[in-house]
Amino acid sequence: MNEPNVKKPLSVQALKAGNREEFARMVEQYSPGIYRLALKMLGNAQDAEDVLQETFLKALRALPGFEERSSLSTWLYRIAMNEALMILRKKRPEAFSLEDQTTSQEDGESIEEPRDIVDWCCLPENELLSSEARDFLNRAVEQLSPALRAVFVLRDLQDLSVRETAEALGISETAVKTRLLRARLKLREELSAYYGHRMEVLGYDRIERM
Amino acid sequence: MTESKECERLLHSLGEYVDGELSEDLCTEIERHLLECHNCQVVVNTLRKTIELYHEEEEQETLPPEVGRRLYMRLNLEDYLRP
Ligand SMILES: [Zn+2]
Repeated sequence: MNEPNVKKPLSVQALKAGNREEFARMVEQYSPGIYRLALKMLGNAQDAEDVLQETFLKALRALPGFEERSSLSTWLYRIAMNEALMILRKKRPEAFSLEDQTTSQEDGESIEEPRDIVDWCCLPENELLSSEARDFLNRAVEQLSPALRAVFVLRDLQDLSVRETAEALGISETAVKTRLLRARLKLREELSAYYGHRMEVLGYDRIERM
Repeated sequence: MTESKECERLLHSLGEYVDGELSEDLCTEIERHLLECHNCQVVVNTLRKTIELYHEEEEQETLPPEVGRRLYMRLNLEDYLRP
């Protein structure tokens, strides 16, 4: 039913000129993604809703001056991510004081070696995405540092390219790649511990658990 | 454990490898190593699966209708609310 509207690409020109129908189409197209981004960054529905509303209010005000140096979606994600990080900074300043020390480390050369070597891919889908497993997936993301989480959320959850992620966060593409790999490896480690344990519970043979 | 130089090299290009962004030469080199290194094989498999699971999980999340409604009200877009 909603199909016809989604197919026609948004007109940046109409948006900049203040066309309300076009703005409504933009909201319809991007609100689910921005809400999910905020939810994953903040882990709290109320905060996520605040970010969602603030993002579009800011976009509405800023659209006439939109310079199209990046795509519209990257620009929106940038606004949303800034809002989310601002709330995070207010609510959990300790995560950011830590961040200053770890960001340089996070962008450095060394990549932590994988520890947990167990192949849990054979677990059935209903086990991999049970409601308990889903909670675990979400908690694992929340445990990443804000810098790693932001990259993972944009690149792997919102499907932005490396370049778009770099633009949305104002960091280099190299930093995106390094942080993304660190984030993915950390999550892999968490998930391996969790699903490895599930395999034991379910009686799968564990091979070479280190 | 990943003690060999090859394992470490693989670790650094792992992100680009699973995203299919590596050159053909490097891919071939990595795949040759994977054939003989069980640990790296498991790391690649579980890393791929990790990304895939997050993708699937994400796709199932939608905007709660009441959150959407409040957003449209806040933006004075009530006229455009879909039933
Ligand atoms: Zn290896």
